[in-house]
Amino acid sequence: MSDAIKINKGIEEAVQDLLKSLLEKDKIKGVFTLRKMDDLGAVAYSLFTNADELKNALPLYPFMPVNAGKVLSDFTLQGATQEPVAAVLRPCEIRAFIELVKRTQGDLENILLISSTCGGVYPLKILKGNDQKSRQAQYWESVKKEDIDPELRETCRMCEDFIPHNADMVIAAAGIEDMDTQCTIYLNTQKGKEFASDVPGSKTSEELEGGKIEELKTKRQEQKAKIFEQFEKEQMGLKSLVKMFAPCLGCHGCSHVCPICYCTLCEFDSKTCEYRPTSIESELKLKGGLKVPPGNIYFHLGRMSHMAVSCVSCGMCSDVCPVNIPVATVFSRVGAPLQEVFEYIPGRDLEEAVPSGTYKEQEFMESGK
Amino acid sequence: MDTEFKPNIVGFLCNWCSYAGADLAGSSKMEIEPSLSVIRVMCSSRINSNLVLSSLLWGADGVLVAGCHPGDCHYERGNYYARRRFALLKKILEVLDLEPDRLQLSWISASEGKRYSEVVNTFAEHISQAGPNSLAHNPKV
Repeated sequence: MSDAIKINKGIEEAVQDLLKSLLEKDKIKGVFTLRKMDDLGAVAYSLFTNADELKNALPLYPFMPVNAGKVLSDFTLQGATQEPVAAVLRPCEIRAFIELVKRTQGDLENILLISSTCGGVYPLKILKGNDQKSRQAQYWESVKKEDIDPELRETCRMCEDFIPHNADMVIAAAGIEDMDTQCTIYLNTQKGKEFASDVPGSKTSEELEGGKIEELKTKRQEQKAKIFEQFEKEQMGLKSLVKMFAPCLGCHGCSHVCPICYCTLCEFDSKTCEYRPTSIESELKLKGGLKVPPGNIYFHLGRMSHMAVSCVSCGMCSDVCPVNIPVATVFSRVGAPLQEVFEYIPGRDLEEAVPSGTYKEQEFMESGK
Repeated sequence: MDTEFKPNIVGFLCNWCSYAGADLAGSSKMEIEPSLSVIRVMCSSRINSNLVLSSLLWGADGVLVAGCHPGDCHYERGNYYARRRFALLKKILEVLDLEPDRLQLSWISASEGKRYSEVVNTFAEHISQAGPNSLAHNPKV
């Protein structure tokens, strides 16, 4: 059981009220969430400091223009924000932020993390130029019923970690049938309870997990097994890998949007990975042909070896890929067994060290023989 | 013309143990497969997965990483990190079905000249049998 507040309003209005009250009562100085950019549905992350402006905020809007964990890391790279800020993020965005904090790329202090039991987001390509009103309705209908909308990002359709780790407040969304009339916000941490002390709404104590949430988890697990099975049929072995990455332009967009790829000087963007006349000659001698752009498989395998163990499966990489390579599915598929080996869930716990940055003396004893 | 496959193996040896072990094997005049090209590194933990991957993608048929035995690292714990990174990379190759057996990690101390020659000869034999690495000689990669 955990403390919760119940607001007798529809979910979107209730969250607006919560944010507005936090801002008006001066508990926080800013709200970091999605902002409406036009009437057709374009959104961008934005920091609100004025309570009246909040009417343009869309905290639960089912699109992720950028993994906000990455943005919060930019905000707090040189230490905590000076004033408390509430950030409304998706569970995978929080996990990405935690992973970055572990890598000393951000600071959690002074940030109130608000999240929801996540119904997933749509690929950004869907957003382009179309009116999103009917899609919004369709989205909330599927979230209520716990149906998995086939148009969602592939990583969202198979996400089992839709209950936020480390959020101070959790908005109940998935599987809540009466979300049009009332909204429950769980207070998971001491920090959450303190901030919510004089928020309008009635105080209760409720269980977040169990029942419906378990059902959704099972549904998502089934979906995951299905997607991975399909993937294994097609994408294993060198031949399939070559086929899959053949259209890769080498734009490195996937690594630029990846919240875990935080290196400012990436080896794959450096001169060491560019071809010189001399290397062209030796490549021809070695391989009997020259693939352009060079080193795509190297880039993807290398990036995988660096970050797949911390992959939060947000799906940004697939979303930005201009040639529709299912990058996120590959990285999730490879990441899953790696995370299993180290019993690691990226972003679950700030105290858990990144697997490649720690060790146990007694492990992998059979290796090295 | 001799068309028998001669493998091209890259060996990353740590300066303090395995490289010294290789030296000992040499000065003891032990028989060592010539197909191994040695790269000396200061510690097995110096080896970024990119080094191993670029070897495999640009010409190597096998990669051997060797360092001090666990507990004996010159820098106290470098080889523990190396062991984890190696396990990570190997798992990735395993999942993607990219011949993980072309990678080997071995602990060879400075006094183990004999072990060095055995490890190298066995690995070279294994790679000879496995044949040319399809990642290395592929114009599509």
